[in-house]
Amino acid sequence: MERIHRRLSGLIAPAAVPYWQVAPLAGVFAVFFLLPLAITVAVSFWRYTEYSMSPALVGDNYASVFAGCLAELPALCVTFKTYVSTLKFCLLVWLVTLVLGFTVAYFLAFHVRSLTWQTVLFLLCTIPFWTSNVIRMISWVPLLGRNGLVNTVLVASGAVPAPLEWLLFSDFAVVLAFVHLYTMFMIVPIFNSMSRIDRALLEAARDAGASAWQTVWNVVVPLSRPGLVIGSIFVVTLVMGDYVTIGVMGGQQIASVGKIIQVELSYLQFPLAAANAVVLLGAVLAIICTMTRLVDLRREL
Amino acid sequence: MAQRRPPAFYALATVFGLFVLFLYGPMLTIIVLSFQGPTGGLTFPLHGVSTHWFVRLWGGLGVVDIWAAFGRSLKLGAVVMMLTVLISLLAGYAFRRRFRGSAFVFYTAVASLIVPSIIVSLGIAVEFRLLDALIRWAAESAGLAGLVDGFTTSAGTFTSGLGAHLTWTLPFGLLIMFAVFNRFDRRYEEAARDLGATPRQTFRHVVLPLIAPSLVGIALFGFTLSWDEAARSSQALGADQNTLPLELTGLTTTVTNPEIYALGTVTTGVSFAVIVVSLLLIRALQRRRA
Repeated sequence: MERIHRRLSGLIAPAAVPYWQVAPLAGVFAVFFLLPLAITVAVSFWRYTEYSMSPALVGDNYASVFAGCLAELPALCVTFKTYVSTLKFCLLVWLVTLVLGFTVAYFLAFHVRSLTWQTVLFLLCTIPFWTSNVIRMISWVPLLGRNGLVNTVLVASGAVPAPLEWLLFSDFAVVLAFVHLYTMFMIVPIFNSMSRIDRALLEAARDAGASAWQTVWNVVVPLSRPGLVIGSIFVVTLVMGDYVTIGVMGGQQIASVGKIIQVELSYLQFPLAAANAVVLLGAVLAIICTMTRLVDLRREL
Repeated sequence: MAQRRPPAFYALATVFGLFVLFLYGPMLTIIVLSFQGPTGGLTFPLHGVSTHWFVRLWGGLGVVDIWAAFGRSLKLGAVVMMLTVLISLLAGYAFRRRFRGSAFVFYTAVASLIVPSIIVSLGIAVEFRLLDALIRWAAESAGLAGLVDGFTTSAGTFTSGLGAHLTWTLPFGLLIMFAVFNRFDRRYEEAARDLGATPRQTFRHVVLPLIAPSLVGIALFGFTLSWDEAARSSQALGADQNTLPLELTGLTTTVTNPEIYALGTVTTGVSFAVIVVSLLLIRALQRRRA
């Protein structure tokens, strides 16, 4: 009896307040994120036919994801090839957005002196993020197409004899679109880290005789590390799971892990798609762990 | 004060300028091309200037009911926006105190941001299929099979679709609330309490005016992220319930005239209207606060 009473008063006690305040958020994530993930893992071990799926605990789906992957070595099976291709995009996009994002953030944080201008220019970089990604992809078509602006200018100026075919619906277009869409995910966290750097440290470096480059490399880069890591995690995971950008900019011709999952879903092969999703999730987690570990290691050295 | 700018400034300013051109250039091209004359095509040159393609767009895009999708996206965006502000605000308050499981909730939110959208979408799709099966099974075993005769699926714009969008907007809302309350001066609240204000009054007259600009910011994220979302809702919407970005993705391969640019201009117009209104509102609220 006393226990029940304590429980009841506990519900209205101040200590209970944060629990009901966080409940809606926790509820949404439980129902639409954690539970779906758990179901995905479970279903990846189920059996399926053309029109139904049934609970089981079999590794068949994983076997078909990796079908022939060991036997065909050193040639790459479809799954490995797709991952190599996706990882290649990851690496390229990561390098470009890292350098570009760092440069832009550095300019905003250290070279724009008035706070008003800093806010205005920062907003200028963020506004496209609030507009449609698909539209931003399509908007490259009139520029890069066979009869697009870039080809017209190149041919007219005699720089190339015939229109370049690799500008659109190609690896190049995919990387370009990723950089276009995701550099902002680098700029914001890096800028955030940079604006916390004490300006006196830069002065101290200069007084101690460091060149501008040395200051950037030995003072700014290490102190921007959290932002660099957060931005990198964003960009890499966004590219790893993408299928819309690779689809639109690759002219639906380039394979990606996300695309494989999407196609399997359109054939209602849920367990197979789930197995692929679990493998993708594993790959993404492995990359994130490596990234955070690499950074921690550097700190210890 | 009038320090001379180092040479690096000009180099970096050039890079920045080119980056901004890179960001906005393509967008401007399709806005310009959407006013293409009736005989014009997908690329330059402009064959006159007209609103021909907007008029055609207004009449619909063949088999695709684009305006139904437009309306669905608008409604969903509005609901996502309101829920994102409300849920983030409450959660932001919760995180100002210690509570058990706070680290778990926080990392779940971060994970929701990072886990590839196609995986979340797949999970929600399977979850609702299983739910459908469960509903049918429950109705049949209760002898009420007649009740579920017309039942097809529980997935839809405002069930699975709404949930999918919230997993994407809430992490942003929560992170913004963190930034807000980290910088929040608790002495304002203490002063209000000392003057005899109830918690409700303190919130209404002290805290709310101070954080209002940030709440508008969360609303901006909530609406625009939902308005543009494609990957996460791709599998998680009911049949024929596609949102605008999903229809757009499909149209990229089928529409070969400037109608698609006109649609792009209209979509971007909605985004820009929301952005401008939000930014003006934020500025007005900040002025009033000062």
